Amino acid sequence: MTCPDLSASAQSSTDRSSIPDDARDVMTEGDVSRALRRIGHEILERNKGSEGLVLLGIPSRGVPLARRLAAGIEQVEGRPVPVGELDITLHRDDLRRNPVRTAHRSRIPDGGIDDKVVVLVDDVLYSGRTIRAALDALSELGRPRAVRLAVLVDRGHRELPIRADHVGKNLPTSREERVHVRVAELDGLDVVRISGGEAR
Amino acid sequence: MTRHLISSADLSRAEVEDILETAASMHDLQRREVKKVPTLRGRTVINFFFEDSTRTRSSFEIAGKWMSADTINLSAKGSSTSKGESLRDTAMTVDAMAVDALVIRHNASGACQQVAQWVRCSVINAGDGTHEHPTQALLDAYTLRTRLGDLDGKHVVIVGDLTHSRVFRSNVITLKTLGAKVTVVAPPTLMPSGIGAWSTADGFATSWDLDPVLDGEGEHGPVDAVMMLRVQRERMSGGFFPTPREYTVGYGLTRDRLDRLVARNDGVLVLHPGPMNRGLEIAPEAADSPQSVVLDQVSAGVAVRMAVLYHLLAGDDTPAPVAATPVTEGAAR
Repeated sequence: MTCPDLSASAQSSTDRSSIPDDARDVMTEGDVSRALRRIGHEILERNKGSEGLVLLGIPSRGVPLARRLAAGIEQVEGRPVPVGELDITLHRDDLRRNPVRTAHRSRIPDGGIDDKVVVLVDDVLYSGRTIRAALDALSELGRPRAVRLAVLVDRGHRELPIRADHVGKNLPTSREERVHVRVAELDGLDVVRISGGEAR
Repeated sequence: MTRHLISSADLSRAEVEDILETAASMHDLQRREVKKVPTLRGRTVINFFFEDSTRTRSSFEIAGKWMSADTINLSAKGSSTSKGESLRDTAMTVDAMAVDALVIRHNASGACQQVAQWVRCSVINAGDGTHEHPTQALLDAYTLRTRLGDLDGKHVVIVGDLTHSRVFRSNVITLKTLGAKVTVVAPPTLMPSGIGAWSTADGFATSWDLDPVLDGEGEHGPVDAVMMLRVQRERMSGGFFPTPREYTVGYGLTRDRLDRLVARNDGVLVLHPGPMNRGLEIAPEAADSPQSVVLDQVSAGVAVRMAVLYHLLAGDDTPAPVAATPVTEGAAR
């Protein structure tokens, strides 16, 4: 049995290594916080309040983002919004192409997701395959009334018919480029940077 | 390269912790309405049990099914083994059907190691003779960790027929891998020869006397968990102890011993790999006490075996296609 690389399995697809020196900032700490505040308001507006909302972060960086969205919504509405995390490892379609990743526990809020409006939260929307896996994982947990998607960055290049409902920043990229998201809870700072490809 | 789980020693601490973490997420599945994930869709797992088993075989079967693998059970009685086919021919026949994993229980120590040399698929040891039973050790570690937290420095006492126990061998290895201290207790006749060499190892002690160990007067001090091993009647060709009654007096977890344990540590855990001989190695009061985690062990069995199947089969190390690689000649004998 080979040893799974623990450090790699804990990291998201946007973070396989440290950020290269030539990376450029595309969102600063202030940009991230303003984007999250706006997304929070959009979610409330779309849902006409926080009734029936459940926020589920996709590990690793979707989880702190979901918590922050929930905290922001609570400030506005004056009551807490259920927030949890949805591990999608067992539903990935690339398991056979990569070394084994450790599956982690999903944490679903007490009220469950049946007949709720579930908002999936992730850091970067790219191929859409993570979200496809998340939708499959959700269907095993219950039957939400609706599922929406909030992402901090949409970098395009979808490989599946999936779109985000709430986007922090639309970031046109080439496939050669890499988007690096850092969040304070896990990395000590909030920043979105881009590296690789040709400078534009 | 095909990956196997033959011995608990095959797993590093990081791997054990990885499997136990994955098992926790698998355990959540058992509480759900839909107890199935698509992770091993298209994979085939054969459970080949040359020895009788209830919980190990059924939990491997359930584990495979909940992971969406196709599982098939074979037993020696209903297979060509009863017509005299050799283990090698049987294993290679099954392997030629392009299965992904072979879960083997066999009465000969080392059988899984042998089969692993003959086949392309992953081999998982579900108990071979008196050698090892690595998935049992993993589920015991899972059960202990759920109740006790990190096992580093925790003291586990294993009592019973050590000579014939594969559960004990695998458990000592896995518990030591996780940093726990282990004391093993057995009558002199059931203490494996050569165990003295082990006992020099750090964090491992042996004793012929149960009561001082349970009272915390042994080398490792206070006890966090006691694992009672089954007295294996099918392996008892006589002479190991005078009467069952005498075994119980010396080495059984009686009501009195349980009371003394609880008086010292009310969080102490009682484990038994099953099936239990109530009244012989474990009193009914102990088996049914709040300290007993015997049913937790069974329930963890499915989750841990799912995690093992996941770690061996889900990754990119797909077995070579059938007919591509001839069996190496050196392995023939």
